[in-house]
Amino acid sequence: MSDAQDRGLSLVDRRKLLMGMAALPALSLLSTPVFGAGPPTSVVNTTGLAVTDTEVTVGILHSVTGTMAISETGSVQAEKLAIDQINAMGGVLGRKIKFVQEDGGSDWPTFAEKAKKLLVNDKCASVMGCWTSASRKAVLPVFEQYNGMLYYPTFYEGLEQSKNVIYTGQEATQQIIAGLDWVAKEKGAKTFYLLGSDYIWPRTSNKIARKHIENNMKTKVVGEEYFPLGHTQFNSVINKIKLTKPDVIYAIIVGGSNVAFYKQLKAAGIDLSKQTLLTISVTEDEIDGIGGENIAGAYACMKYFQSLNNENNKAFVTAFKKMWGEKTVIGDVTQAAYLGPWLWKATVEKANSFDVDKVAAASPGVEFKGAPEGYVRIHENHHLWSKTRVGRAKLDGQYELIFETANLVEPDPFPKGYQ
Amino acid sequence: MFGDYSVGDLGAIFAMQGFAGLILFSVYVLMALGLAIIFGQMGVINMAHGEFMILGAYVTWLTSSFVQSYVPSIFSGYFFIAMALAFVASGALGMLVEWALIRHLYKRPLDTLLATWGLSLILQQAYRSVFGAREVGVELPQWMLGSQQITDTIEVPINGIFVMVLTTLITVAVAYIMYRSRWGKQVRAVVQNRVMAGAVGINTEKVDRYTFGLGCGIAGIAGSAFTMIGSTGPTAGQLYIVDTFLVVVFGGAASLLGTIASAFTISQAQSTMEFFMSGSMAKVLTLLAIVAILMVRPQGLFALKVRK
Repeated sequence: MSDAQDRGLSLVDRRKLLMGMAALPALSLLSTPVFGAGPPTSVVNTTGLAVTDTEVTVGILHSVTGTMAISETGSVQAEKLAIDQINAMGGVLGRKIKFVQEDGGSDWPTFAEKAKKLLVNDKCASVMGCWTSASRKAVLPVFEQYNGMLYYPTFYEGLEQSKNVIYTGQEATQQIIAGLDWVAKEKGAKTFYLLGSDYIWPRTSNKIARKHIENNMKTKVVGEEYFPLGHTQFNSVINKIKLTKPDVIYAIIVGGSNVAFYKQLKAAGIDLSKQTLLTISVTEDEIDGIGGENIAGAYACMKYFQSLNNENNKAFVTAFKKMWGEKTVIGDVTQAAYLGPWLWKATVEKANSFDVDKVAAASPGVEFKGAPEGYVRIHENHHLWSKTRVGRAKLDGQYELIFETANLVEPDPFPKGYQ
Repeated sequence: MFGDYSVGDLGAIFAMQGFAGLILFSVYVLMALGLAIIFGQMGVINMAHGEFMILGAYVTWLTSSFVQSYVPSIFSGYFFIAMALAFVASGALGMLVEWALIRHLYKRPLDTLLATWGLSLILQQAYRSVFGAREVGVELPQWMLGSQQITDTIEVPINGIFVMVLTTLITVAVAYIMYRSRWGKQVRAVVQNRVMAGAVGINTEKVDRYTFGLGCGIAGIAGSAFTMIGSTGPTAGQLYIVDTFLVVVFGGAASLLGTIASAFTISQAQSTMEFFMSGSMAKVLTLLAIVAILMVRPQGLFALKVRK
């Protein structure tokens, strides 16, 4: 008995010694943090999540196969970068973040199934994931039933709010209203032609845009049209645009259609240096496929551009390219995905707990000063306060910042008077 | 809708709209030709047709990158080299697929649907692994961009004219091969009676392989041409496959003339309706009309008269 006690004591001593030794090279290299110095697991994890003294598990749930892989790859890369950087700084509450990645396969039922797996089998403390609204709608009941925490990166149509989701992208009004006001003031725009792919996000966004154009700006919508996803022939609508001569083409076309639309617009002789075109669906990622020469001159309304000139962003872009290659581009959603792990870390540390209920309750007011887009803060409605920016596409596929709102724009997922 | 416009304006718009319809017609013919040969002549339902097109698009992209970095002097004409290479690449892959997969399934035509669908998934993921999930942008020489001013108010996209000329050339070539050459005669003989054709000394296996290769090669050229108007990505082939089948089935499977007539009908209906209503509604009405016509005429517009 005493022998065992002795051994126990000496074990503790040895561990201390080992920790001390481990700390020595860490100090000298300043790169290998020691994990396990945080508050005891029994205090910070009362609901049986995958948290040990040294590790905490989170999930990454995006499509890396199928149609949506085009868009979601950037988000996965950003989330992994953020997790890497957080670990290099000592992790969350002294614990190293370990991630389990699942593939949603661009298929919504698969997303729900994998979400359940991440919450029930892997007991992930939080999940960074989803891209399309359809995938988010598919996993939402799962997250609510099993009480998980989802950090969702994409700008989307709004009309949703959940205790179990933090929306790190813009809801529709944050992306639309300031941009329209800008184009009216700066370009004296009086007439608008609204275009979109035929599904919920473009339709809801155009609905908000139309209300704002007609009721608040007292200007006119001269056309509104939707095309099936994957539509590749735009010559007829381009002729209609030529006939109606709108001051602004307002385009929310997505996916492969985007490429066809801008190529055909250019081929039809519509010169984007003269014809104002404002889009909320083309980030630097999409320009890669469209080709800078086809879209140069168009304006995009986003909250982030890779070219933003601030210290946070310079460090972010450098780190991103170092990790994923010099040629990668960073779009709006990629940046929003990067915020997820950081906001989660800040919230966990504020709550001093990994428990989902406590994290959800602590979320409002959490801020992230190191955001590449500048500064963000979580609102009571679980969306982010963030700026709206307008950029102009250049030949090299980057946006040049033209305008940004002076203050952070309040998220308003259920906008009154716009529904 | 037209109250505020002068006659000249309207004339110009209708002229351009006419061109838009003709361009769409050429696009449909170009995408459907390869499939019409394979489906019409061999009875094989090639669900991977779109992926053969995208192989052509990727070859074009590779060629453009290569030419830009190593021989920029010929950049303005590289597109023709790219189309030839696209034909060879897609054709070669087609012949390989015929040898490895399709020839085992001639007696089970419906199974070719499943097999080629699987093949299309495999090819998509292969493109994704090799070229990355993101779309690639194919750079075009300056002369192929923009539009041609015909009068003050009428301008026509240059890429549209290019597709129209290309489609005409390829259609004439295919018609010649199928109906005037010795090889075309063999193909038609095999279609009509495989056993008899074999008995008179035609190497039916070889004919099958080259027919399939020709169909896939034309798909490759189509894919190459469509880099001018559409996107190049692992799943972009899926954007074309439905329309392609529509054109071939509506036209009557075994008839080149049927394919052309059907492409013309569908494209004119689509582009005219698109002008007067939204793109989605135009598509719905076009599809409804096709369903109605196929109910009355299940064999399509033009069908071979076969003695039963």
